[in-house]
Amino acid sequence: MAHLSRSPIAQFGGRFTEAHACRLLWRAGFGPTPGQAAKLAARGLDGAVASLTRPAGRARLIGAAPHNDKGQALDPINTWGDDHCWWLDRMVRSNQQLIERMTLIWHSWFATSEEASNAQLMIRQNRMMRSHALGNFHQLLLDVTKDPAMLLWLNGSSNNKYSPNENYGREMLELFTLGADRGYDQDDVHQNARALTGWTNDWSQGSGPTNFHFDPTLHDDGVKTIFGQSGRFTWVDSCRLAVQHRTHPSFFVNKLWGYLIGTPIPGAEARALERAYVASGFEVRPIVEAILRHPLFYEGPRLVIPPVVFCAGMLRASRQTIVTTDWAWVASLTGQVLFQPPNVSGWNYADWLDTARWAGRLTAVNTALNKRTIDTNSVHYPSGETPSQAVANALRYWGNPTLSPGTRGNLEAFSRRVEHGITATWEVLRYRELRQNALRALIPMTPEWQTA
Amino acid sequence: MTDPTPGRPSTSNCCDGFSRSQAIRRVLASGKRPVAREWDPRMPVPAGVGIDRRQLLRGAAGGLLSVYGAGRLGLTNRVLGDGIARAAALQGPASPILVSVFLQGGVDSLALLGPAGDPTYQKLRPTLGVPATSGLSLREDPSLYWHPSASSFSQLHNAGRMTVIPGIGYTDPDMSHFTSRHYWEVGATDTELETGWLGRYLDVAGTPTNPFQGLSMDGQMNPTLASARNPVAAIDQPDNFSMYINGVWGDAFEWAMDSASALGDGQRHSHDPAIAQVAQAASEVGIVRRTLKPFVNSNGDPAYTSPVTYPNTGDSDFPQRLAGLAAMIAAGVPLRCVALTSDTQFDTHSSQVGTFDPGIKLATDSLAAFQSDLEARGLADRVLIHVWSEFGRRAQENGSDGTDHGAAGTGLLIGTRVAGGMLGEFPSLTSLDTNGNQVENVDYRGVYCSLLEQWFDQDAAAVIPSASSFPRYQLLGSGA
Repeated sequence: MAHLSRSPIAQFGGRFTEAHACRLLWRAGFGPTPGQAAKLAARGLDGAVASLTRPAGRARLIGAAPHNDKGQALDPINTWGDDHCWWLDRMVRSNQQLIERMTLIWHSWFATSEEASNAQLMIRQNRMMRSHALGNFHQLLLDVTKDPAMLLWLNGSSNNKYSPNENYGREMLELFTLGADRGYDQDDVHQNARALTGWTNDWSQGSGPTNFHFDPTLHDDGVKTIFGQSGRFTWVDSCRLAVQHRTHPSFFVNKLWGYLIGTPIPGAEARALERAYVASGFEVRPIVEAILRHPLFYEGPRLVIPPVVFCAGMLRASRQTIVTTDWAWVASLTGQVLFQPPNVSGWNYADWLDTARWAGRLTAVNTALNKRTIDTNSVHYPSGETPSQAVANALRYWGNPTLSPGTRGNLEAFSRRVEHGITATWEVLRYRELRQNALRALIPMTPEWQTA
Repeated sequence: MTDPTPGRPSTSNCCDGFSRSQAIRRVLASGKRPVAREWDPRMPVPAGVGIDRRQLLRGAAGGLLSVYGAGRLGLTNRVLGDGIARAAALQGPASPILVSVFLQGGVDSLALLGPAGDPTYQKLRPTLGVPATSGLSLREDPSLYWHPSASSFSQLHNAGRMTVIPGIGYTDPDMSHFTSRHYWEVGATDTELETGWLGRYLDVAGTPTNPFQGLSMDGQMNPTLASARNPVAAIDQPDNFSMYINGVWGDAFEWAMDSASALGDGQRHSHDPAIAQVAQAASEVGIVRRTLKPFVNSNGDPAYTSPVTYPNTGDSDFPQRLAGLAAMIAAGVPLRCVALTSDTQFDTHSSQVGTFDPGIKLATDSLAAFQSDLEARGLADRVLIHVWSEFGRRAQENGSDGTDHGAAGTGLLIGTRVAGGMLGEFPSLTSLDTNGNQVENVDYRGVYCSLLEQWFDQDAAAVIPSASSFPRYQLLGSGA
């Protein structure tokens, strides 16, 4: 991080508090486990950011292995939904939270859906993206370009010299590296598609798409002119030309920034980040570190946490792991199924909620609470609990998240309303049990919890 | 490129365009849980071969929901706020409602309505046509016969309740499900348009406070209704917008949901856009819950009854969604545009009979029941039903007992106020286009413009791009 400390890019200079650490854990990870934010705050800004961006060794998955409702291990390749749960589990349990979060960013950046392939190829792509999580963008682009799931999704393996298919060649420029109409035209797209020809695959009756490889006889080895440069370009040249294009650094920096901070980069700092990115040879880590240390990261407006982060965050906050594959269909209700982004431009991070998806999040809360519901037929809940104590107990269940006084007041008002609703002796205990279940469900549905 | 590549294995009679997410969507919308092996064939054929997916889903952006309720639902202004009174004043009890019904997958219109005795037809359709024994001939052109499974349509047509458009489409037809469907949804042959044609109508003619003005009954946003500004709503059935909290019931549950909505009401105008987004959704959930509450009883079952009997099949809730819609109209929910999609996927590349025959029977019987329901309730003059599919199918049946993607298809308008008869003519079977498809003679955008102008009294130029370039058709009867 040394070279950035000398740069004109602003750094957060205030006292690094638990609230700041909490935001960092939600945006650069999947939310805090109880007490984690306080511990992270104690390391200061530099230590906290480095703990995320420079994890040591291989990731460890902490806690019980995931299983389905029957107690069986997940089968992500063969069972519908287990692929979603498999990755969700890593989000919950990995001790390298930013690695998972960056992998999620790459999944949306290079949005590929298993609708075009299968879970096996999607998980292969996922592992590839994880290996480049904070690595080199140029290398990531090369690996994405020849990734089987992507070759199927954007027709890369049906792009050959006899029948060029522009799908990947266009999206590579528009959505992955440069941005729409930023320094290229339709002819560049066409020539880029020619350069990308040659990848192909076989089909087997049993396992579907297989044997992805580059076949020189399918490659158009003629001269192409891309961005004004001419040569017998191949897919390798195509990737190089894209990252070396003058508009790529600003596209990269802005897009990455947009996943982590809700307001635009101040112009001068954007230029500095672009220069740092190019000087590093397209390294991702230094840019992420600069963003995670930026004052706007901590002082700017909040961001709605994506649905899968919401689900993983609840499990982390309540110290649970995956014990049901209900998470897969719940994901669909919330609007984010892993390995099934809505389209090639990924999820819309600016629009995560409407009535249907809000209701979906409530179903997710029920799923997180399912094994912890206070059984109103057998458990004797403390009957002397006051309305305020009830709210405090429910907050403790979730690791004591910080709520605004207004939101806390709303929960206390609900708590008092239940108290006043007690009209018979038998209701005293029963209503307090119902109230605690309700409060535990209401807390993750508050605007504060759903944003960071 | 739209059909599966020959030689690649396929495990379904639908083409790859019908993705697994479609199936997931329907299953979830019906409240069932997906069963892993049942409907995850892991089809080896890649979905979307040759299809630019970006074009397909961009039109699916949903609008947001906002406040609305109606006095006759037993809701008070105290509960719903000032927005109601304003919105209610804008929508009178006789306001017209357009119901857009999408028969997904590309219905084989040549099997729905065909010249059963024509030798050319018999040659093109040795097995998958309307049988010569149908007997359900069309009054306007007695050489045309309805498929026996579509007898309900024959009855509606004979009763003057239906206009048949046997050659609807657009020039330079696109044979991709996604692209052609998108064109129909947005009302233009424009892959970049991100709002639906009815959503744009609601943007110019609707209100910022009534989410029910554009109601998707597919359990998620129907792209036809995607608006840029005014709110629209998505539900499945009126009795299905139910939520629960584990271990909470009775008054405590109601109070908890009130509490969540109140938190939303209080923060929906927060200066922090993220807080406002969450709060707005919470607030609107409260409004939808309150509005739909009269339709559900305490067991979570429908609290309404229908004056007619709807088809009942375990495979589809399409008829029940229509029954719920009729009940909502009767209860005065302020609807203006409603969109819903058939459960049947009419993408019949192979084994067509097994899908088409029961699918068309269900669709036609359900729509006929809905029309009877509206008439029995005295609401029929307010409602016009528009039935469409993304394209017709290839004139020549294929070698797999199925039909491939075509161009012109059949469109329908149903209601007491439609002109009836036939609009346009049955497209020739001897002068097919270069792909072997029937050529359209009625432009779907012209039908949209005419619907806007005649049904909604709305200048189509504000809604449909290049509206003046499309012909207008007389869609309503002279008495209308």
